[in-house]
Amino acid sequence: MPSLKDLRLRINSVKSTRKITSAMKMVAASKLRRAQTAAEQGRPYAARMERMLSALAAGMAGQSGAPRLMVGTGKDQTHLLIAVTGDRGLCGGFNSSIARATRQTAQALIAEGKTVKILTVGRKGRDALRRDFGSLIADGWEGIGKKGVTFAETDQIADKVLAMFEEGAFDVCTVIYNRFQSVISQVVTRQTLIPLSVPAAEEQKDASGAIYEFEPSEEAILADLLPRNLSVQLFRALLESNASEQGARMTAMDNATRNAGDMLNKLTVKYNRSRQAQITKELIEIISGAEAL
Amino acid sequence: MAETTEFELVSPEKLLISQPAEMVVVPGTEGDFGALPRHSPMITGVRPGVIDIYENGKVEKRIFVAGGFAEVNETRITVLAEEAIPLAELTGEFVIARIRAAEADVAAATTDHAKREAARRLAVAQAMHTAID
Repeated sequence: MPSLKDLRLRINSVKSTRKITSAMKMVAASKLRRAQTAAEQGRPYAARMERMLSALAAGMAGQSGAPRLMVGTGKDQTHLLIAVTGDRGLCGGFNSSIARATRQTAQALIAEGKTVKILTVGRKGRDALRRDFGSLIADGWEGIGKKGVTFAETDQIADKVLAMFEEGAFDVCTVIYNRFQSVISQVVTRQTLIPLSVPAAEEQKDASGAIYEFEPSEEAILADLLPRNLSVQLFRALLESNASEQGARMTAMDNATRNAGDMLNKLTVKYNRSRQAQITKELIEIISGAEAL
Repeated sequence: MAETTEFELVSPEKLLISQPAEMVVVPGTEGDFGALPRHSPMITGVRPGVIDIYENGKVEKRIFVAGGFAEVNETRITVLAEEAIPLAELTGEFVIARIRAAEADVAAATTDHAKREAARRLAVAQAMHTAID
């Protein structure tokens, strides 16, 4: 049976926890709004780039000598996984679901006899994967998107990926991130970046009749456009991930605040009861003492 | 009012400009070209330089872009730019700082890839310098 003092201390500590979690929820909510607008503003570029790519891809279809970034190396021996997580915890299953998905994918690939390399974005992902796949992690980044994800930050990741690809360090590149669906639900998504999957069905209706001229040449533009596209796809993944993280944190903190409130109610009832019991006990002692005289 | 075409300037971070224009002069990789309404469909690279947007027969906006791609067809002109700054906002000090930083990067680059990247940044900064002169 905890004493009254213990209970009082407990109540105070739960109260301050509740204050912290509700503040974190508010912060996450405002960051979420910013992250969501950023994700929405990033869409036009990606959409237009996709349109250009499909026009180009339509022209290149069936031709030999298409860039390797688009068709791949023709092998799928070495896989590069990019795990996108956050730097900070306290956001529910956000980081752990990415870690789990990456672990499963990596194990499945290894079981098939393939080689796996991992790049991690975010401290949490690296920490979670280091234990099992420490030797496979090729590189990692921290602090991306601290003040909102910028394209320049994404570019350094894309640069690294491209450099590795040019060295022939991998054949297939997949990014694993949380896609923002709503504040309460984030979907773990695996997206293959290299080789590129061009949405073939869509270009049919868009390119109706319009045959594009290319300057300087299709190959030269593709050679420029594909690395850009890689950065853009990564950028989009990071934006989505950032919005998801804030959403996940907001939900987690909302739950925590509510739980703290419930706990506070229970503790207060318990505190009042034991206080009452103690008073009754003291009264009985006094009365029985007086009667004994 | 003369016939206009829909001009869009998009950076990875957001849609910067979306407006009708009479003519847009874009610095293509193969030389500057003016795109009027009903231009034949074309996709081209864009080198670092200045985009001029014409309205009512005169230049209405001048924007510096750090390279990218342009898609032109009968009804619209879309420029995907890596970075875009209105020319009026470019100042000498800012540009010189960029050139210095890029030069330092070129000197510090060790790998082939980093060298190419730094050289590209230097070219962008130098194009900025030419643009404001």
